[in-house]
Amino acid sequence: MAESKQIVLPGDLIDPSLGKPRNGVFKCGDKQYCSQYFGIVQVSDQGVDVVPFSGPYYPRKGDKVIGKIIEVGPSMWTVDINSPYYTLLHMNDTPWRTTSGDIRKYLGPGDHIYAKVMTLNEIRESWLTLKDVGLRKLEGGHIVGIPAPKVPRIIGRGGSMVNMIKDATSTRIVVGQNGLIWIDGSPENVMMAIRAIKLVEREAHTTGLTDRMEKYLKELKEEK
Amino acid sequence: MGTVSSMKLIDENGIRIDGRSKGELRPIKIETDVIERADGSAFIEWGGNKIIVAVYGPREAYPKHTQDIEKAQVKARYNMAAFSVDERKRPGPDRRSMEISKVISEALSSAVMVEQFPRAQIDVYIEVLQADAGTRIAGLTAASVALAAAGVPMRDMVVGCTAGKVDGQIVLDLCKEEDNFGQADLPMAIMARTGEVVLMQMDGDLTMEEFDEATGLIMDATKRINEIQREALAGKYRTLTLSRGGE
Repeated sequence: MAESKQIVLPGDLIDPSLGKPRNGVFKCGDKQYCSQYFGIVQVSDQGVDVVPFSGPYYPRKGDKVIGKIIEVGPSMWTVDINSPYYTLLHMNDTPWRTTSGDIRKYLGPGDHIYAKVMTLNEIRESWLTLKDVGLRKLEGGHIVGIPAPKVPRIIGRGGSMVNMIKDATSTRIVVGQNGLIWIDGSPENVMMAIRAIKLVEREAHTTGLTDRMEKYLKELKEEK
Repeated sequence: MGTVSSMKLIDENGIRIDGRSKGELRPIKIETDVIERADGSAFIEWGGNKIIVAVYGPREAYPKHTQDIEKAQVKARYNMAAFSVDERKRPGPDRRSMEISKVISEALSSAVMVEQFPRAQIDVYIEVLQADAGTRIAGLTAASVALAAAGVPMRDMVVGCTAGKVDGQIVLDLCKEEDNFGQADLPMAIMARTGEVVLMQMDGDLTMEEFDEATGLIMDATKRINEIQREALAGKYRTLTLSRGGE
């Protein structure tokens, strides 16, 4: 059994011999690099990252996210995408033929959408768009939230983890980059999928998770 | 401070009123993630102090005129419960708690990478449930743990301790009686790795030599307190990894 991944606190030195410092690492003095998060050190061919255990979602251009409409204006919707800042969706960025003033009939407060981050500026204002393949209003279903840094584990390598959960629980799942997950199916199946997702969330920092999940889902299926 | 008393706070063997030696800390215990709905939280027991800290944010700053286009605001609120001290404290902000909120906000904003969050604010609520001298430093130490648990990017952990002058001697981490009847009190907080001072206040008088001795004691103690912070944060992830086995 090899040792587990290194846990670091903000300000801990990162060994520069591990690789090129990338996300979550900052320069703290001459040729010294420190972690800026409480998280784990992840070494890959591209470099060294510190992946925080929790934290908000920071929008990046091109991310597909799940958002909740919180306000409707004459020509814009204000959308909460689980980030420090609200984001906007303009009526011209939707697939519908809208006219100013009556956009509420397409999306009202409380509705969820699967949208893409279109633009982003220096002061972290962002705009969403619904004009792309697969982007839509999410009707029915259930929303669960996990910390955004753990989304890559839920998706798995090439979508392996989420596809496994989908197949095992026979649900439809949409994972937003911002940590919100939409699940649709029969109530028991949805509950099962939520349990599986929460398990991945809790053990996101451990290794060999896909194999363990496979076993866990098999057990869940037999229970049913 | 200032209250003259015939009470002997340090005996002839150098043992203090609560049985500690000069450079000894009171027992410290920190626990994280005690509040479900906060983004990060911590509970600290430092001697008789019991303090709960909750962090919310970063989130958009309101009221809107407080937004800074260049950086985030760290808004700490230090509040003492009415039942936290011997005699009932009148609830609500007063001169003392507003001052402490201000110095804690400033200490934390030098550690948090505020420039990453334009227009945002980070709320830090420090609720003192039971006070026993040194609450500002205990609150600040716990706040930095709660911020780390919330996933807020920081340059360094903030860690603090107090020292003071009691019966003419410099001692570490004053307790209630020493704080009330001692001659000086020096709370100080630093960044754990670099040792930069982020908070320092002094009540009473110290000579230059006494001041150096006090800061020396504090610098030494912060290393021990930082280890407790580390254990509070990383401990439970480590045990989870162990029980599951590593790679």
